Parts: sequence; structure tokens; C-alpha cells
Amino acid sequence: MSIITVKNLKKSFGNLEVLKNINAEIKEREVVCVIGPSGSGKSTFLRCLNRLEEITDGHVIIDGQDITDPKVKINEVRQEVGMVFQQFNLFPHKTVMENITLAPMKVRSSSKDEAGTKALELLDKVGLREKAESYPEQLSGGQKQRVAIARALAMEPKIMLFDEPTSALDPEMVGDVLEVMKQLAKEGMTMVVVTHEMGFAREVGDRVLFMDGGYIMEENVPSELFNNPTHERTKAFLSKVL
Amino acid sequence: MRVDIISAAFPYLMKGLQVTLYIFIIAIIIGFIIGLVVALLRLAPIKPLNWIALIFINAIRGTPFLVQLFFIYFGLNSLPFISFNSTTAGIITVAINAGAYFAEIIRAGIQSIDRGQSEAARSLGLTGFQNMYHIVLPQAFRRMLPTITNQSIISLKDTSLLSVIGIADLTQQGEIQSSATFEAFKIWLIVGIIYFIVIYLLTLIANFLERRFVLR
Repeated sequence: MSIITVKNLKKSFGNLEVLKNINAEIKEREVVCVIGPSGSGKSTFLRCLNRLEEITDGHVIIDGQDITDPKVKINEVRQEVGMVFQQFNLFPHKTVMENITLAPMKVRSSSKDEAGTKALELLDKVGLREKAESYPEQLSGGQKQRVAIARALAMEPKIMLFDEPTSALDPEMVGDVLEVMKQLAKEGMTMVVVTHEMGFAREVGDRVLFMDGGYIMEENVPSELFNNPTHERTKAFLSKVL
Repeated sequence: MRVDIISAAFPYLMKGLQVTLYIFIIAIIIGFIIGLVVALLRLAPIKPLNWIALIFINAIRGTPFLVQLFFIYFGLNSLPFISFNSTTAGIITVAINAGAYFAEIIRAGIQSIDRGQSEAARSLGLTGFQNMYHIVLPQAFRRMLPTITNQSIISLKDTSLLSVIGIADLTQQGEIQSSATFEAFKIWLIVGIIYFIVIYLLTLIANFLERRFVLR
């Protein structure tokens, strides 16, 4: 049973068609990595999955709800779909603790204690309990991203979307963030990860989608896609990045 | 002897200052609320609301303060079923005038906040209103504080124009005392100093707030 179904998804910005015809099925507990050259539409694809981008045409069904239906309560769907951004997007005027507890308290109506306890558990998980009272500006990039992951997890989502989570990090910070993501994958989280980390895609991904020019050109299990790419464009891309 | 005349005039000037501050404080609070509402209308994803906000802002920015004052006090007051006194007219005019300028300041402040902030908030399931209230506006206000202070100072000085519709503000009291004492030089110098001190205090408060908030 697919938790995400994408049917004939099209997305245009003005006259520019970024996603041309995307079809995809993602099963529960599956880790799907999306790779491809920049401008291929992979981030846009990801952002359509929680309707951060208005969808031009087609259908995106998340856990049984078609989010292209104007009657769908998108805020409720988004509670089930966590997102981690390239630029972290922590709230700079709030402490790490406040960043994590805000949504559970305001959206899920958790009590402050309840949300606080949960936040500390999550901070333990990402190895940053001692930073609870720090402000984002006092953290390194890798720490910020781990807090952002904890913030998304605090809503106990069924799906996690990662939009190039390590692309803005110094190389020595990348490992810590990937480690947290690996752990999450091991625990059975459904994850869609747009990434340039081919090592991560190969090791952690159950499936890899290669996107180019607004299409999914090729999809396969990592070993097949990386070792025996069938499409010329996939071969050309992989020869540049591997 | 001359000093006596000045010290006799001083309590009247203080009374005038009270009126000035009373009008200023009420008008600036109302003006801020107007500014916030108009800024949100201006940014709302509904075109007619944008137009209403734009028409309001341009109408106020495109006309002199005195004309606005006369329109509200003499113009609106001449219509049937409408009647308010000069103080009310003064407060309304200063509030509306400041509101239009605040609206543009607040709009720019909101737009200066990185889109990623709203995207993060919305991706967590926060509503548009919760996003504005908890994430965007608190950050925007920190950035807007210096400009808001500036506009507040301009509005405070604009209140001196209210003397022309007979409001007994500091300027009006200055006029009365100046003609009563024949000490125009000293009276107007003192009036100027009083305005200066009030505005200087306002600046100090703003600087304090800025240090408190902008650092965080």
C-alpha cells in the first residue's frame, strides 16, 4: 500500500514547465532518494508533496488524501509530513527548545511539559540535548540541521521530506546529519530525500529516482541504478558525480 | 521680572504638552493598528483587498497633512449625522496619516523576512495566521523598529499642525503665551526645547527597545 502516490504531476512557474509528467509510488517505511542535475525539478517535486508549491496539474495522494483537492485540509496533511530544508530555516528569534515545541503546542495542543519532554528526547536522539536553551545563531550548520530534523520529528510525522539537507553544510558536518538520517531510516520512517550524497543514496536508499528535465528518467534499487544505468542521461550524470 | 512672565507661561505650555502627548499616544496606537491591518490587506492573496490598501496608502501619501485635517474636521463634520470635536478630528487625522506610512513600513518588514521561515512554519502545519503571529511578525518588528521610531517622531511633530483647528496643544499654547507675554523669542525657544526633549526621550526609549530586541 503506497503512502504517497503521484499521478501525472505537472508544475509550471509562469511559462516555464518544471515538472512535465511525474508518476511515482512510495510505500510505507521506504527510503527514496531523488538525484539529478540542478534544474531537473527534484526540489520542486519534493515541495509538491506537501503542497509548498501549488500544483499545476495532476494528483498527489498522501496517506489516502488527495492534496490537490481544494477541499482537503492541507494544514492537517502537513502535520503528517515533516520537512527539512537545505537552509535549515530555524526560527532565529526562538531557542532550540522553542523551535521544537512551537508546532506541537500550537498545532497539536500539547502542553508545555509534554512538548518539552518530547523535545528533550528528540534532542538526545540528534545528540544536542545541551543546546536546548541556545539560539540558532549559536549553533554550527550541522547542529542547526539536526535541530531542524528534531523540530520536524516533534510533530510525529508519518513521512519525512529532505530537501538537499547537507548541501549547505561544511564537509566535516555532513556526516553527523547523515548519521541521524540513517538512524531514522533504520527506525522505519518513510523518507523522500533529494540529495547529492550518492554514498547515502546507495547505502540507505531502498530506491533511487533519477530526474532530468522535469521527468523521472529512471528509477531502480540503488545497486542497479548506480552500477547498470540504462538511460544515457543517467550514465552521463553518474559519470560526472561518481 | 521677565523671568516671572516666562515662569507664569510655563504651566500653560505644560498643559499644552499634555494635550500633545495625549493625542500623540492615542493616535500612534490606532495608527499602528491601521498600519498593520492595511499592510496585511496589501499582502493578502486577494486582489481587491490589495487595491483597497493601495488606494488608501496612495490617497494619504499623495495629499498634504493639513488638507487631510481640514477634510476630516470641516469636510466630514459638515455631513449629516456626523459630528465630532476638534480633538477627535485631530486624533483621527494623525492616526490615519501615520497608519498609511506604517502600512508601508510593516509591509516592507514582512517582505524582508526570508520565505524559508514561512515555509518551515507551514510545513509544520501552522496556519497562515499562526505563521504571521509567531514567526513572521516578531522577526519583522525587530527589523522595523528604527523606521517605526522615525515615523512616530514625524507624527509627533505633525500634531503641532492641529493647533490650526483650535486644539490647545503645545504649539497652540505657545501661540497664546507668545502674544500674551510679547516674548515671542523666548516662548518659541522654550516650545522648541520642549518638543526636542520629548522627541529625544522617544529616541532613547526606541534605542533601548532596539538593543533589547535586535540582539536576540
